[in-house]
Amino acid sequence: MSTLLGHYNYWIVIVLMMTGFYTVIARPNLVKKIIGLFIFQTSVFILFISMAKVEGGTAPIIEEGYSLYSNPLPHVLILTAIVVGLATTALGLALVVRIQEAYGTTNEDDIHVQDETD
Amino acid sequence: MQHLVDIVLLGLLMITGFAIVRMRSLLAVTMLTSIYSLFSALLFVVLDAVDVALTEAAIGAGISTILLLATVALTTEYEKVPSHRSLLPLLVVTLTGAALIYGTLDMPHYGDPNAPVHRHVAPDYIEDTPEEIGVPNVVTSVLASYRGYDTLGEVTVIFTAGVGVLALLGVHLRKRTEQPSDYHKLVVLRVIAKLFFPLILLFALYVLFHGDYGPGGGFQAGVIFATGFVLYALTHGLGNAERVIPPALLGILAAAGVLLYSAVGIEGMLLGGKFLEYNVLADDPVSGQHLGILLIETGVGITVAAVILIIYFGFVSRRPGGADAQDPS
Repeated sequence: MSTLLGHYNYWIVIVLMMTGFYTVIARPNLVKKIIGLFIFQTSVFILFISMAKVEGGTAPIIEEGYSLYSNPLPHVLILTAIVVGLATTALGLALVVRIQEAYGTTNEDDIHVQDETD
Repeated sequence: MQHLVDIVLLGLLMITGFAIVRMRSLLAVTMLTSIYSLFSALLFVVLDAVDVALTEAAIGAGISTILLLATVALTTEYEKVPSHRSLLPLLVVTLTGAALIYGTLDMPHYGDPNAPVHRHVAPDYIEDTPEEIGVPNVVTSVLASYRGYDTLGEVTVIFTAGVGVLALLGVHLRKRTEQPSDYHKLVVLRVIAKLFFPLILLFALYVLFHGDYGPGGGFQAGVIFATGFVLYALTHGLGNAERVIPPALLGILAAAGVLLYSAVGIEGMLLGGKFLEYNVLADDPVSGQHLGILLIETGVGITVAAVILIIYFGFVSRRPGGADAQDPS
């Protein structure tokens, strides 16, 4: 029981991570692939933040009356990772838009067919 | 109680994730992605990461959704059924997942205060922040001061991504008279948006300058600031929004934020300290830290807001079919 509760967060994170991974490798639509990466990325965020949690702790803002705080370092790493994640997602989506304009489709299979016939 | 909320939220995240994989309407998937982000923001609050939650709510549930909608509008709304249905991806995913779950068995339990992750530098950050930096929010002190180099790197990455989107899509200026097709139906929305616009910008400034004391800081403030202009563009037409804040100005602002950040670093060197050492910026070290953090957070906020608006204008000002497509007007 303690193993189950103690690892519940990590296991769900792995399920989410694999959901994203599956979307990236099994779905031919490029927008869907980017969304898969987004799910994968968010699962990594949850993994880091879960590790930062201290039982009985509070948010790492120093205040009288509290002595136990959660670990602030993973919070910092993930905070910036979220913003960088948006920037890279936007770049990915911009590439998808350009692929749509060049090939007339965002379906990976159709793009391969067009490349082979050229 | 906290465990229960944690379990329920993770369960909801899992259900939303499965729904995203299964659905073929990309509009529905976009909305589900937004919900997925909102659930993860809620989870971050439960896990004590209030700064992260604020960022995730503003970015994941807000800006990402708008970018995905803009992309879906420029591409196709429905995903095609894959031509080949192989079990290989499922097998790969199952095996990888099983290996990862096996890997977690050695990990310290969730919430364990003696986990190695809590015994390295983190206690020092929490103990030393009140004397060395003098701000209550440890996340801000680590982000802006202890690990200022990292943050400078990340702001540069964001700036580069903005330049990348600009190179790929560009920003096309629209005529001021060009209105959304349902402009006249949007009267209520426009009045409300006008009312909210200054409040959103004010809130962004509060988040920026109050970041030392509560959750917030340059990253979140930049996103919220940009959201105000996105709301304006959505209700008043892109042409008007491009006049309020011209894309050329945004390019300069994006660079100015990074330059302000680096300038604070160099100023520290000129005053006899090291790069990004704030102690020398004022007469006593703590006020130097306050000044340094405020300046670099402002720089971060300017760059983030400008880059997000550049990306937004890049996506929504593009006409379906590309730059060469016929102008309908």
